[in-house]
Amino acid sequence: MKLTLHIWRQKSAGEPGKMIPYSVEANEHMSFLEMLDVLNEDLVEKGEEPVAFDHDCREGICGSCGFMINGIAHGPQPSTTVCQLHMRHFKNGDVLYLEPWRARAFPVVRDLVVDRSAFDRIIAAGGFISASAGSAPDGNAIPIPKKYSDRAMDAAACIGCGACVAACPNAAAALFTGAKISHLGILPQGQPERLERALNMVAQVKTEMFGSCTNIGECEAVCPKDIKLEVIARMNRDYLRACWTNRGDVSRDDGI
Amino acid sequence: MELKSKCPTGPIETRWEKHRFDLKLVNPANKRKYNVIVVGSGLAGGSASATLAELGYNVKCFCFQDSPRRAHSIAAQGGINAAKNYQNDGDSIYRLFYDTVKGGDFRARESNVYRLAQISVNIIDQCVAQGVPFAREYGGALTNRSFGGAQVSRTFYARGQTGQQLLIGAYQALERQIGLGKVKMYPRTEMLDVIVIDGKARGIVVRNLVNGKVESHLADAVVLGTGGYGNVFYLSTNAKGSNCTAIWRAYKRGAAMANPCFTQIHPTCIPVSGDYQSKLTLMSESLRNDGRIWVPRKKGDKRPPGQIPDEERDYYLERRYPSFGNLVPRDVASRAAKAVCDEGRGVGTGLGVYLDFADAVKRLGKQGVKERYSNLFEMYERITGENPYEVPMRIYPAIHYTMGGLWVDYNLMTSVPGLYAIGEANFSDHGANRLGASALMQGLADGYFVLPYTIGDYLANTKLEKIDETHPAVTDAEANVARQTKRFLEIKGKRTVASFHRELGKIVWDECGMARNEAGLKRAIARIPELREEFWKNVSILGSGEELNQSLENAGRVADFLEFGELMCVDALHRNESCGGHFREEYQTPDGEAMRNDDAYSYAAAWEFAGPGKAPILNKEPLSFEYVHPSQRSYK
Repeated sequence: MKLTLHIWRQKSAGEPGKMIPYSVEANEHMSFLEMLDVLNEDLVEKGEEPVAFDHDCREGICGSCGFMINGIAHGPQPSTTVCQLHMRHFKNGDVLYLEPWRARAFPVVRDLVVDRSAFDRIIAAGGFISASAGSAPDGNAIPIPKKYSDRAMDAAACIGCGACVAACPNAAAALFTGAKISHLGILPQGQPERLERALNMVAQVKTEMFGSCTNIGECEAVCPKDIKLEVIARMNRDYLRACWTNRGDVSRDDGI
Repeated sequence: MELKSKCPTGPIETRWEKHRFDLKLVNPANKRKYNVIVVGSGLAGGSASATLAELGYNVKCFCFQDSPRRAHSIAAQGGINAAKNYQNDGDSIYRLFYDTVKGGDFRARESNVYRLAQISVNIIDQCVAQGVPFAREYGGALTNRSFGGAQVSRTFYARGQTGQQLLIGAYQALERQIGLGKVKMYPRTEMLDVIVIDGKARGIVVRNLVNGKVESHLADAVVLGTGGYGNVFYLSTNAKGSNCTAIWRAYKRGAAMANPCFTQIHPTCIPVSGDYQSKLTLMSESLRNDGRIWVPRKKGDKRPPGQIPDEERDYYLERRYPSFGNLVPRDVASRAAKAVCDEGRGVGTGLGVYLDFADAVKRLGKQGVKERYSNLFEMYERITGENPYEVPMRIYPAIHYTMGGLWVDYNLMTSVPGLYAIGEANFSDHGANRLGASALMQGLADGYFVLPYTIGDYLANTKLEKIDETHPAVTDAEANVARQTKRFLEIKGKRTVASFHRELGKIVWDECGMARNEAGLKRAIARIPELREEFWKNVSILGSGEELNQSLENAGRVADFLEFGELMCVDALHRNESCGGHFREEYQTPDGEAMRNDDAYSYAAAWEFAGPGKAPILNKEPLSFEYVHPSQRSYK
């Protein structure tokens, strides 16, 4: 099949970018990224610089890849990262527009590559259980009902790709942050730091200049791991409870 | 080169305890005076960085990905072994030790493996405490499944995403230390050289992948947790970025490379579909718990699988290995698949066998199968467009893991003092074949519970001179790195980096893959240097060195694979026996099983760099087996 791709080309963060059209010959068994590999090899052979895009495992689990295809994060197939999207979902003559994630908190590095380090800083602010190596009790010491561990796992499936932010008209990081707060907050091990975690992570989200959540739900629609909106409800509940009960002794509390 | 394994002696049960007591300690107030560099942020590197920082060391951690959470450990699916015996089915530390030594085909150190089995139980506790959502029974207890090479259920799992969850646990511990200021993280930064001063590793040279800046980082010890070299085969289940550059450049600075020919072919991967294929996708070994592997009895039977009646199917693993059946170790299962495909009974393109869940669906119901494997089934369907609940999966072996790596002693230190290798980057625990669900165990054992103890002994015992960035060894190493970048950009040839990588991959897969022989290995050893020469004359790398340049990054990695691949074949040629993942066609039993030669080859082959263009020097570390006596492995 022959496709026309309009791809966002931008040499670096400081330079302006623009859409450039390319034409590429693909077949239906290729993955979307393999189709881009073919384009890039063609470009190099013609002496043009290849399109930069992030990717690594190509199994939909590392969270490296991701860009907009015709305005949809990770493209048209639900619950699928772009590396797992196959060309059989497209047809000859299709015209596709590829753009990087657009969000103030995710500056473009080059072409389709963006800087998502804000996500790491949100985790560093509180997305963990403080359990230093050596201090753990036996794994079966605390029974955890299967439904809790299943729900925690549902939230923990987040791969940190950033599609939720890119899809959100507000560029909010609520689904990402809510997923971590839910994963750890559902488990008994996560209780001691639960409220402090919500305060600290939400404060960091603000610092990073992500937008506010207005319950639109685009994030859930594009999430390749089917993280549900209920994680945002859990985050809000924990955050609200923390605000009511917080006595101002949380180090990162910025008075909100 | 003298290889001192530093393995403790005495009863195997007490060796690690005795050794820990003998290790010198750094007092808590002094730990903050030491700086440690960790390269790689996967299960080994991530857990080591976090734990060293918890202890009080100052840590700098480097990864080439945009975030430490992306390391390739994340893609491990099936699970992690631990000798907890929660299932009351007769498991014990000794049994895990025994299975691992036997599974490794008697080419691993007993002391290391025993320690690994002992620590396995602590790992589960640690991960649960961090919030890893392992699968549970309704009553709330942890649940297990069985895996290849074992007759007990000792594998802990989090759906089909165990590696992801364990890595996220280590990553969160690491981020906590970053937040506390004890770890400084350098993402999108690639290590390109080790700085060795007075024979000791004192730092690394890195390239910032965003702006191309080359800089040095100095420290009191350097730890490499940079994974395996499976991508030398181009098509593998490794992530696209996984590479051997860190361990290869360490090798060139004096660290011995051990057993590079011990590579693992995983039996259950999605078969290749075309030339454009960029990587292979693993379907977890856990599927072999419930899936049955078969091919048609008749050659060239092109009927759809549903139309082939049971009596015309050959469930060849169940037939050949009745006691382990579909759960034989990976090397055995892979070779058996190759054998039936070589006979012309392969399915699909001819390089594939069926993995059939029809019986499992009958026994457990579709919902039961879905609970165990839903994400794997979905992944299979996304890639192939076929629904495995209805049509059997087609699978074929692919390169998955590399048992070889930098030689390390019992303390995980390479032959360069102060330079450590942990996780898949070292050669230590799996011998010639790794059992399923043991990679995660080893990565975390090294990072959480071994290195943090052993590194203190080196720091406490070693007097290190004060150095700074103006030291000639530092400026030389930096200049080397800058020179290589310049050289790449000046070639301006005609061929893409990927085209060279594909060609190298085909050579080593054909000649040094699932089955090897003397003539083929000699062909590869002649061909690889020619390809390397062409690479340095004719590769095309556009753009500059002062920006994000993915072709340039890949060029450096492929240049190293082009050297590494040759050493791998040299090692495979020298080892005139078959063991584990290394199957030499000349050495097999009449029924086609691997035939070891314990008299001549019961050693780890540690290759030493002798200088550019010179043949590497072979050093041998003899292996002795006091507890598990070498025998012909039998899974019948």
